[in-house]
Amino acid sequence: MYHISGKSQPPMYTQALDQQGREPSAAPESPEQAARFQARVDAEEKIEPKDWMPEAYRQTLIRQISQHAHSEIVGMLPEGNWITRAPSLRRKAVLIAKVQDEGGHGMYLYSAAETLGVERATLVEQLLSGAAKYSSIFNYPTLTWADVGAIGWLVDGAAIMNQVPICRCSYGPYARAMVRICKEESFHQRQGFEIMLTLARGSEAQRAMAQDALNRWWWPSIMMFGPSDVASRHTAQSMRWKIKRFTNDELRQKFIDVTVPQAQFLGLTIPDPQLRWDEAAGHFEIGPIDWEEFQAVLRGHGPCNRERLEARRAGHAAGEWVREAAAAHAAKRAAQAAA
Amino acid sequence: MSAPDARVRYLLRLGDTSLVLGQRLGEWVGHAPALEEDLGLANLALDFVGQARLLLSYAGELEGSGRDEDALAFLRDAHEFANLALAEQPNGDFGDTIVRQWLIDTWQLQLYAALSTSTDERLAAIAAKSLKETRYHHRFSSGWLARLGDGTPESHARVQASLENLWRFTGELFAPDAVDEAMAAAGIGPQLAGLEPAWSALIDADLKEATLRRPAPQPFPWHGKRGVHTEHLSHLLAEMQQLPRSLPGARW
Repeated sequence: MYHISGKSQPPMYTQALDQQGREPSAAPESPEQAARFQARVDAEEKIEPKDWMPEAYRQTLIRQISQHAHSEIVGMLPEGNWITRAPSLRRKAVLIAKVQDEGGHGMYLYSAAETLGVERATLVEQLLSGAAKYSSIFNYPTLTWADVGAIGWLVDGAAIMNQVPICRCSYGPYARAMVRICKEESFHQRQGFEIMLTLARGSEAQRAMAQDALNRWWWPSIMMFGPSDVASRHTAQSMRWKIKRFTNDELRQKFIDVTVPQAQFLGLTIPDPQLRWDEAAGHFEIGPIDWEEFQAVLRGHGPCNRERLEARRAGHAAGEWVREAAAAHAAKRAAQAAA
Repeated sequence: MSAPDARVRYLLRLGDTSLVLGQRLGEWVGHAPALEEDLGLANLALDFVGQARLLLSYAGELEGSGRDEDALAFLRDAHEFANLALAEQPNGDFGDTIVRQWLIDTWQLQLYAALSTSTDERLAAIAAKSLKETRYHHRFSSGWLARLGDGTPESHARVQASLENLWRFTGELFAPDAVDEAMAAAGIGPQLAGLEPAWSALIDADLKEATLRRPAPQPFPWHGKRGVHTEHLSHLLAEMQQLPRSLPGARW
């Protein structure tokens, strides 16, 4: 079984999923194999599960894909928190479907990881033991209904920026999984924005709820793109392998440029007094990011790190007798069929 | 009770049962024993919320007081809800949820099959759509009933205990009242007694497959469909209704 190595620097959602652990060694089994592999990648050929690949490429993908899968699964919790309290039946149905989609994304991604020779059960154990990481954004709480809108608008919006380029990832199964996931994510993003729009056009209390959610989710969303390029250690190798197509800062800037006008359209204020339009650069410039908060949440000191992992562990532990029963039942049926 | 009132009441029974069960199933999302079951339970929740929307919207239109699906779902108190008491029972463990689901699925298979030939065409269409969903629900719940019943000694004991606990709520399924009788007389709903033999046969077949015992009949004091509920419903509604009630008149 393959093992996800390193715990030192856990990931944010997808973009920074390659940020963890030591620099993967690019040293392959032989220079000729490595050159042939790199030539295929350079020619934009898809690498498939049975193809030869450098061990470090395999390990990087297992780590990135499984952390992406874990993020989808843990991501079910903060939004799932509002399924029972959604304020209309239509919103309830849409939210259930959305959280279900996230579980489905987790399933495709675990399957994509399995093509690299690791079992889902092993990956799930790594999540539950704390050895594997998931996106830090899900360690923030959902305190009001507006948070469901803000997550769709901002968190899914940032995820789309990160994930659309992964549809062209050099590893075929991951790229193909991402095509479907991105379609659903962009649907979720529009739903989230529509929740925010409804609140922004609603009563004063509803507008306040929307502003409060933006205040709390803006900076964590900005941090979802991971450390700045100067601090990001794995970008170069992942870009050579065409696992990654853009740097963290490039994607972050793209997200800011798209999102600021959306906030203006909503009539909400981005919680950044230094935010300004840079005419010469043609970009919005933001104030300093609080990297201390980023690092603290990564190290497990976010508002909900304990609660999220505890919820996953509790569900898994409470389901143990069920999984045992299913296995015992399947074994009985197999024995009957063989008799 | 006038015939229109009885029909509204009848639709509320159906719609509230779906809504309350959908709400219960929604509590599971993110917490199921395995990812596949998380997706499966979310699917069920979605189907039941969908059924509730169709049924409550129709009830609101017939009632003619301007109440839409959300006014009916979020602005009525527990005693005005007409769901089966079985639907409001807490999730408990996965076995409790499966038994509750299976008892309702086996019941709805009979009920929706009968309602799909209702003289009320709109109700017949909702029932026909729901019947397709219910066949899938029953595959899910009876499949799990068999896995748990004929799994390990622990799972067998646990799910038998769930069955013993929840069986008392099946008394309500076949206990007709004036509303049921008015609907049967109008050709809108079935004679409840007529559904029992097929239900009972299906129950026995599924229990046999699951190596479980059928509990003895138990006296039944709760008639959720008449508004007599267990303690659990008001808690469920307090959570579900809190937000719309906190900002009256808001659009969401």
